[in-house]
Amino acid sequence: MPLDTTAKSPVQGAAQIEMSHVFKRFDNGTLALQDMDLTIRQGEFVSLLGPSGCGKSTALRMISGLLAPSSGQITVNGHAPGKGVQGGDVSFVFQEPTLMPWATVFDNVYLPLKLRGLSRKQAEAQVTEALEMVGLAKFGGSYPRELSGGMKMRVSIARAMVTRPKLLLMDEPFAALDEMTRFKLNNDVLNLWRRNGLTVIFVTHSVFESVYLSSRVVVMAPRPGRVVHDMALPDATTRDAHYRTTPEYAETCRLVSDALEGTMDDVDLNH
Amino acid sequence: MSTSTTDPVTMAAQSAPASEDPALRAARRERRMRILMPCIALLAALGLWEFLVRYNEIPHYLIPAPSLIAKTLWTDGPSLLSSAWFTVKLTLLSLGLAIIGGVALGMVFALSRTIEMSLFPFAVILQVTPVVAIAPLILIYVDSTFAALLICAWIVAFFPILSNTAIGMRSADHNLRDLFTLYGATKWQRLRYLLIPSALPYFMAALKIAGGLALIGAVVAEFVAGTAGQNTGLASRILESSFRNEIPRMFAALLLVSMLGIAIFLATSWLSRAVLGHWHESEIKRQG
Repeated sequence: MPLDTTAKSPVQGAAQIEMSHVFKRFDNGTLALQDMDLTIRQGEFVSLLGPSGCGKSTALRMISGLLAPSSGQITVNGHAPGKGVQGGDVSFVFQEPTLMPWATVFDNVYLPLKLRGLSRKQAEAQVTEALEMVGLAKFGGSYPRELSGGMKMRVSIARAMVTRPKLLLMDEPFAALDEMTRFKLNNDVLNLWRRNGLTVIFVTHSVFESVYLSSRVVVMAPRPGRVVHDMALPDATTRDAHYRTTPEYAETCRLVSDALEGTMDDVDLNH
Repeated sequence: MSTSTTDPVTMAAQSAPASEDPALRAARRERRMRILMPCIALLAALGLWEFLVRYNEIPHYLIPAPSLIAKTLWTDGPSLLSSAWFTVKLTLLSLGLAIIGGVALGMVFALSRTIEMSLFPFAVILQVTPVVAIAPLILIYVDSTFAALLICAWIVAFFPILSNTAIGMRSADHNLRDLFTLYGATKWQRLRYLLIPSALPYFMAALKIAGGLALIGAVVAEFVAGTAGQNTGLASRILESSFRNEIPRMFAALLLVSMLGIAIFLATSWLSRAVLGHWHESEIKRQG
């Protein structure tokens, strides 16, 4: 596995997220996450990859502050999770678009700024910019029900980007979309990451998606949820659709698949 | 269609609107029929009624002919209308109070499980006890007849609004709730921008039910109160007319009651469409 960390010098910044000895046990007794240690630096694109039940979404929700760890320490941007600048520096994209059906596309994207107390007028430029970023500038007046699945997801991404976050958390955002739409949105996310100097944590169960997007793949295993591999990937800053057909991509996919395979030994596949 | 055009250019030019025209015309026809057909059916039924009464020479104290009911409605109009106004006031006021009480308590229920657990039994008791059974007691304890009637009608209309508001507020999407948490929304923002819009479809459904129930509650309470008091509503007029064997006036008052019910139904349906029409599945017209 080639590790050209030096080639990404502008990308490698200070530690932005630190998890040390993080455990999470749910009320029903399930150990969702066992002793997770993870340091993510500014500008990284990290995929949490694993089968269902491996704790990848749990880890993401703890980083966002939506879930508290049972024990262990997490810091995000130097704060406890969810305690940073009010709703400013961290954004979350859910598996579903999670749009308010009663509000227009514009109002959905405006929501984070509205909650921060910005008037419509003050926010207008920022909302329009976010909508342009995902190519939906013309759809500000539409309602979510009038949009396709991929467009709804793009609105969701625009809403996440409107606060100009430093950290973007994505929880299997494209799992429910068709392949063509997913490829398109993969490229959109890569472009956003490159242009805005974001840090992205991307939860997925697709090897191909994680390899295509990430500068680093964290492979997790279930029962109990834990990290089993932490793999840096070759330079992610220059990838485009062509990359999917290169031998390098295939080789990396094979390596990551093998790593993932190793986690499945003790999993009964009869569910 | 008999547009016999030979020129292919105009043919092509006309073909687009011509193919759309029949669809539009069919839609217009459908709309006309939707109003026309019920009217014709209703008139036919009234005609048959009139005919049967006259043909069989049924005395008007058994079944009055529609024409006699119309005449009674005209001659007794002023006094019946003042009774109708009384019932309208009673119904709308009780509905208004039911909305205020139901929404307020429903919100409290949605925000606090403890309060809900403690107070819900009372709400259920109020709901399941037939209002006819409680009305005599209320009439004894409350001096003002109008206030007593108001309480009876309120009890009936209150429950659907309460339970639907509570369920509606709780039905807000969980991911959206998380989103509001992430962006540090205040309690007030969460209520205003998330919980209330989520509850609206439920509330509108409850309003449609409660509107009808408020009228039923008002009529039942009036029946129990009987003809006591100077200001009496339509129900007491029906009762009074039945004592005096004035069947045509009973029918006339009955007609006004059902017209009132229809008006409430139309108003709440219209409101529901106006509020939810642009986004909620229940009110969206689908193409094809």
